[in-house]
Amino acid sequence: MTGWSQALSVHPAAADETATLTGNRGLQLEEPLLFEQDSPGHCGVDLPEPPPHKSRLGGLERKSPIGLPGLSEPQIVRHFTRLSQKNYAIDSGIYPLGSCTMKHNPRLNEKLARLPGFADLHPLQPAATIKGALELIDTLAHWLKMLTGMPALALSPAAGAHGELCGMMTIRAALTARGDARQRILVPESAHGTNPATAALCGYAIDPIAANARGRVDLAALKAKLGSDVAALMLTNPNTCGLFEDEILEIAAAVHAAGAFFYCDGANFNAIVGKVRPADLGIDALHINLHKTFSTPHGGGGPGSGPVALAAALAPHAPLPWVVHGDGGLELVEHAAGPTAQSIGRLKGFHGQMGMFVRALSYMMSHGADGLKQVAEDAVLNANYLRVRLAGALSQSYPGTCMHEVLFDDRFLKDTGVTTLDFAKALIDEGFHPMTMYFPLVVHGALLIEPTETESKASLDQFADTINGLATRARNGDTASFHAAPRLTPRRRLDETTAARKPVLRWRPEPIRQEAAD
Amino acid sequence: MRYLPLTPSDRQQMLATVGATSIDDLFADVPKLARRDGLVDLPLAQGELEVERALSRMAAKNVSAGSAPFFIGGGVYRHHVPAAVDHLIQRGEFLTSYTPYQPELAQGTLQSLFEFQTQVALLTGMEVANASLYDGATSCAEAVAMAHRITRRSKAVLSGGLHPHYREVCETYAQFSGLEVRALKPTPGVADPIDIDNETACVVVQYPDFFGELRDCSALAARCHQAGALLVVVVTEIVSLGAVRSPGEMGADIVAAEGQSIGNALNFGGPHLGLFASREQFVRQMPGRLVGQTTDADGKRGWVLTLSTREQHIRREKATSNICTNSGLCALAFTIHLALLGESGLTRLAKLNHAAACILADRLAAVPGVRIVTRNFFNEFVVRLPIPAADAVTALTDKDVLGGVPLSRFYLDRADLADLLLIATTETATPEDIDIFSDTLAEVLQ
Repeated sequence: MTGWSQALSVHPAAADETATLTGNRGLQLEEPLLFEQDSPGHCGVDLPEPPPHKSRLGGLERKSPIGLPGLSEPQIVRHFTRLSQKNYAIDSGIYPLGSCTMKHNPRLNEKLARLPGFADLHPLQPAATIKGALELIDTLAHWLKMLTGMPALALSPAAGAHGELCGMMTIRAALTARGDARQRILVPESAHGTNPATAALCGYAIDPIAANARGRVDLAALKAKLGSDVAALMLTNPNTCGLFEDEILEIAAAVHAAGAFFYCDGANFNAIVGKVRPADLGIDALHINLHKTFSTPHGGGGPGSGPVALAAALAPHAPLPWVVHGDGGLELVEHAAGPTAQSIGRLKGFHGQMGMFVRALSYMMSHGADGLKQVAEDAVLNANYLRVRLAGALSQSYPGTCMHEVLFDDRFLKDTGVTTLDFAKALIDEGFHPMTMYFPLVVHGALLIEPTETESKASLDQFADTINGLATRARNGDTASFHAAPRLTPRRRLDETTAARKPVLRWRPEPIRQEAAD
Repeated sequence: MRYLPLTPSDRQQMLATVGATSIDDLFADVPKLARRDGLVDLPLAQGELEVERALSRMAAKNVSAGSAPFFIGGGVYRHHVPAAVDHLIQRGEFLTSYTPYQPELAQGTLQSLFEFQTQVALLTGMEVANASLYDGATSCAEAVAMAHRITRRSKAVLSGGLHPHYREVCETYAQFSGLEVRALKPTPGVADPIDIDNETACVVVQYPDFFGELRDCSALAARCHQAGALLVVVVTEIVSLGAVRSPGEMGADIVAAEGQSIGNALNFGGPHLGLFASREQFVRQMPGRLVGQTTDADGKRGWVLTLSTREQHIRREKATSNICTNSGLCALAFTIHLALLGESGLTRLAKLNHAAACILADRLAAVPGVRIVTRNFFNEFVVRLPIPAADAVTALTDKDVLGGVPLSRFYLDRADLADLLLIATTETATPEDIDIFSDTLAEVLQ
């Protein structure tokens, strides 16, 4: 045995100068699962002894244990604090996920959503006790009507995709009401996956529309596909290439001339809020992600809220419940009768994402009409600034100005041996959350960057300098460092293939080991 | 404006860098006809103080549940949430992160969701659970659609004991999808006559049902399986599973539940937390996100989003659901609260709820004219009054008691249910609240 290999076998971690005894690395702390920290019988909540009573569970008493671990409050607080420290967040730095609008989440919104008058309010309380809640909903609807120019708002959808379902169902209901059994929905290839998935849920066939060389809907191709069998066009505007559909008025006219409806995915409303009203673009239905444009937090994946602005032709089909102005003030209408007789019905339990409504209204009132216009302008300015700052190093997919996000593809990585994924992972080691990767599908190896208006110029400069530096490194042949990235995160690249091939979706107790004697 | 970091001079410099003379140059692609030069007709920017004042004024026009003796349930339950829960979910690293698409930057969210999936599976007695859906009602509609995909049969039978909102959401989702939804007539206190034929994809029952009734589903599960159908069990009060047998033990194939009761406020009906669990063999037909365990390049354990070929961003129109954003932060609140409770805490919490309901039922049964309709229950039951329940609720509200929900609010055409009142109680009701409620009800009925 040579001294070299002996050293390696005796000190397996010697090559890594940062190896530690605990596996912790300074502020990066290893944390087992809750289930691996069980002290049976322990509890983090002190509850009184139940008073004497005769059980009325009808013989259905649980007989076997559930299997939940027992921990005290300090252990729980430490556990989740440690977990939180393994997350990147908009509070930590720029989070430039294209099409996701990761902007600052004001804490005033959190405070107001927790007022007992909103948070500690039951949806089935008597009408006399919920007047302020209906006022809040009505005020939010007013703001959204003014910003979209549309006459009606459906507020119950729980997220963007749920809003799409709401919008497309109202379209199908309106067509059915006029005896029109159209079967096809036109969807551009650059659309979010939720668009075709939603149209399919409504029983429609999906017909893709190609993009033109400028990254927009090919008007001629669209016109060729329009016909008496087309129920609607689903379009995102600004689209997922970060471009405004500059022929949108012609698109709307063609769609309407064919007797179809124009649905707009409003995920990118942040680019035009306060500047352009969707109604003035000929749109019939548009969902608005309150968790994007109106700053309600993403919470690691939700909850969101996806109100839908509806044109007059679709408004009678809006889902229940409705908040209407009645003789005695605002009323909550929960059943289909009279004016609501043509409603598509209920899309979720109760009345919508009230907690998100409070946050969104707080945000809108804070900005006001003037501030919201500035939001759109700064969002677009920030994206264009990055576009220009990155123009020398990355390959922009469609030349010219962009809206709130800018799309690059992987041509700049050609022959470097570095992929879009490698490039994103290298950004992680530099302390940045990567941009959206591999979406939209219309360009190869997409990198879609949306900085939002809440980044400072200094933050954008640092981000641009880093990307430019990494691009130089990739061109200079430092392929190995890209393939190894990320190296500085609590976990390095994770094996997603095995995760999908042999799914482990929950913790299970270790099987009891058989005695060695067996 | 406090949320915008760019200064006027930043903007000038940046426009110069971009090569634009004004911001309008960047909006040149917007058709002139559609541009607006002025401001939208809405109020101008306001400071924190002004916004807080305006919204607090609206909040003050509501009667919050904690300000009166409170006995309303019907799918949303008022439980005490420990202070640590709200503190932890407001940590910016949880609150302001996105769906964990970059797992190396989101191990905190991913591990907590893996813990959530495990807790939901344990509680429901199922093998696997997803990372949440919007709410119980949409979970129920997704369960029906999933049963349709698995069995390739087109009919769903909904028990009359299913929450009416859940029934309506199933009907809304099904109306354009070719699914036939057969909703049975609600019969409080009496079991449904459920027919299962060879077209039946699934039977949906609620446990405890909308009227609070607890029924063993084992025989129904066996009948479903014999006929090649699936049993979907809906749970709207998840705390009940700390006291009663789990749906999994009784043979459920899919559990669709509302998780609001643990960790989450009433929120006037949203956001809430859709729970979704099933047998492992059906996992590739599940809707929504799933977190799976794996290893990293150094062989260390870690977590990722997995089986995403079911989902819309990969499969588009062939996806199992269109859901993208779910109820992540509500799921985190659930996980923290349930972690604090643990086995002994949840069991005791459930006993406290049941004890309170038993005591309340005995008190109300002693009020002249009141009859308890629900026989076996957890923390919610129906009573028959000698007057229309809606009138009683109005009279109780006038006396500052939030005393249940009249069934007529849900069943407009059912005159036979007009005298029925749905009442729930939890550990948050004090003995004094119970006294005030029963005494006030007696006054109202005099």
